[in-house]
Amino acid sequence: MTAPMDDDESSGGAAGTVKKFMFVNRRAPYGTIYALEGLETVLISAAFDQDVSMVFVDDGVYELMKGQQTKAIEVKNFSPTYRALEGYDIEKLYVEQESLAARGLTAENLVVPVDVLSAVELGELMEQQDVLISC
Amino acid sequence: MLHIVNKSPFEKTSLETCLRLARPGSVLLLIEDAVYAAARGNAAESKIRQAARTLKVYALSPDLEARGIRDKAIDGIELIDYGGFVDLVAEHTAVQSWL
Repeated sequence: MTAPMDDDESSGGAAGTVKKFMFVNRRAPYGTIYALEGLETVLISAAFDQDVSMVFVDDGVYELMKGQQTKAIEVKNFSPTYRALEGYDIEKLYVEQESLAARGLTAENLVVPVDVLSAVELGELMEQQDVLISC
Repeated sequence: MLHIVNKSPFEKTSLETCLRLARPGSVLLLIEDAVYAAARGNAAESKIRQAARTLKVYALSPDLEARGIRDKAIDGIELIDYGGFVDLVAEHTAVQSWL
């Protein structure tokens, strides 16, 4: 995939171009399918060797809560998957401080280590992206 | 960058979150039910007026017309048609849709 002569579609027009993709998660995990579908999209994106980051804002922070037990509602608990992201070289996880605070949470309540950023810092990071995808 | 909001400010927090994260100089486009935030005389008006000091604010005219609020548009919000919508998207590399 990184061979210089490679001209297949995965290399795009400019071979080896890496874009900054940010996935913006704003939904709680089980009420709708957005969070799970978003996570799956992120995992797929890992196959394309791009600069991927995930952001958790608003109810998106609930996706990362420790202690999720979904047996009784008979759906898959996908929160452990966030811990596997590192294995796919997706290591940039950002959580908005204001969203955590509004929900009475801190980074200690989350299943993975994250960078907690203010709305201003997150807004600036957003400005630096090539592609933003809402989940 | 371009921020697009499509939910009513009275139903969802999308607009509020967008305004919290949007950096000065960014562009905000209100479409679909978010155009209610572009109307005068409601609880969202002050938020939009404050945002308009640092952001360029647009609203999609066909959506205002459909909802009977075309003549209530807040001064300072620029109304655009679908062609204008396309131009805005084409002018910006990064676009965040606050779905």
